[in-house]
Amino acid sequence: MTAMVEISAVHKFFGDLHVLRGVDLEVERGEVCVILGPSGSGKSTLLRCINELERISAGRIVVDGELMGLREVTRGTTTELHRRSDKDIARQRSRIGMVFQRFNLFPHMTTLDNVMEAPRKVRGWDKARARTKAEELLTMVGLSDRMEHYPAQLSGGQQQRVAIARALAMEPDLMLFDEPTSALDPELVGEVLAVMKQLADSGMTMLVVTHEVGFAREVADQVVFMDEGLVVERGTAAEVIGNPQQSRTRDFFAKVL
Amino acid sequence: MGRPMTTPVPELINARPVPRPSTWVWAAVVLLLVAMFIHGLLTNPNYRWDIVGQYLFDPRIVAGVGWTLLLTVGSMVIGIVLAVLMAIMRQGTNPVLRGVSTVYIWFFRGTPIYTQLVFWGLLSVLYPRLSLGIPFGPEFVSFETTVVFNAAIAALLGLGLNEGAYLAEIVRGGLNSVDRGQTEAATALGMKRSTTLWRIVIPQAMRVIVPPTGNETISMLKTTSLVLAVPFTLELTFVTNALGNQKFLPVPLLIVAAIYYLVITSILMVGQHYVEAYYGRGFDDAGASRGATKGMSRRQQAILAAGTVRTNPNLDVTP
Repeated sequence: MTAMVEISAVHKFFGDLHVLRGVDLEVERGEVCVILGPSGSGKSTLLRCINELERISAGRIVVDGELMGLREVTRGTTTELHRRSDKDIARQRSRIGMVFQRFNLFPHMTTLDNVMEAPRKVRGWDKARARTKAEELLTMVGLSDRMEHYPAQLSGGQQQRVAIARALAMEPDLMLFDEPTSALDPELVGEVLAVMKQLADSGMTMLVVTHEVGFAREVADQVVFMDEGLVVERGTAAEVIGNPQQSRTRDFFAKVL
Repeated sequence: MGRPMTTPVPELINARPVPRPSTWVWAAVVLLLVAMFIHGLLTNPNYRWDIVGQYLFDPRIVAGVGWTLLLTVGSMVIGIVLAVLMAIMRQGTNPVLRGVSTVYIWFFRGTPIYTQLVFWGLLSVLYPRLSLGIPFGPEFVSFETTVVFNAAIAALLGLGLNEGAYLAEIVRGGLNSVDRGQTEAATALGMKRSTTLWRIVIPQAMRVIVPPTGNETISMLKTTSLVLAVPFTLELTFVTNALGNQKFLPVPLLIVAAIYYLVITSILMVGQHYVEAYYGRGFDDAGASRGATKGMSRRQQAILAAGTVRTNPNLDVTP
């Protein structure tokens, strides 16, 4: 079976800014991959490129065997690249869950409605089915007593757990976490990481951009260190964090640990 | 919430407030002025309150109120529909529709409403027959302009098209006020652009759109008096002016009109309050009374909830 995520030679420009400079990365099915690196190293951009929130400038991203955002069309002997339609890209995105640094819950909807919205509007589930799924997920993230609350009435940690449930409601094959604990008060980080660990144990394929080195050590199957738009080093947590080979990696961990 | 049940409740502070005698001084001054004003209103014979009473429920005037309400509501409905369309077109991906909306807003905001109303009234003179067909080719439908564009329709369209241009900018401002993270979250869940717009962005934008739209509605109530430019002669201001001039008693009939405008404005303000409360749900305690309220201001809760503090989600953020 192929890997869940195959990223090859991906470049991304924002105007003149060369943010990703040839990134290669593979994430196997059921694997938890944690991306570490200094601010501005392009790790969040890489994550956003995987579900087409940003369009890559060069290279290929393949998720579950499907080229993201593009189609290869064979005309005789040549192969052309065609952009996928908005509808097709939306379908691809619906199979990838994403959790944002600032939660981005829908503030005008209750917790329950936040989780039910996408299954109903995108998957076309009926209300009863979406509700059952939402209740199950909110119970899993420990918020069964907060279903009728609005996001503004929840703590940051609770909001982020709702956001995780919201993404899981689409039954994704892959979950992307973009600094999920960076906007949280320190005492609330643990409850979010606990839910993520639980998810990892259930066999979900996860790509996590974070600054939580402890989480990487404990949960990650693969740790990737990025700097200046490149993957500098990758391997197990013990290899990359415990025994870094590159000087840039050593410098970074010397500062954060 | 956080306090254990066993903690003894201390004696609550029950101190005398700082005396503020100025409140009472001002109350006396204002009361005196109001009394003087009312006395003047009631005893001045020039106001002719008997005439005001006599005409307040005159059928011609009540019908005028009806027409004024119809023009206000009708033109606002046309305006809101146009405004939402134009605002969406202006933000959309289609460059042709973007251009159409820009030109529409430019033209209808850029020319006086009075002039526009005169033109709508003159439409049947400028174009006696209107027809639908291929330019320089066959016609499919053709009709006398006066049959369709009578004075009421001309007035309604004139007001509605003008209002749409102003409201379009209000709607655009509302759409832009919603944090980009909301669209991103919806997009990442696989929602289509239109679903994201109608389910996620517009409901939140309404919070910003409703107050100025209420203001525009109240303004429109008074703007309807300009339709005499069409000329349309059945609405409140025209009817009361005509009656006042006819009887050589303009003042009491102006008072009649003013009373109706004030009453309708008051009703509109109450309506606006309820619409605002509806679209504010999830943003303040009133709209979401269930569950725990924390010691944060409503504004702070809304900012936290919507995540509007971060403007550029492309930036990596490091704690």
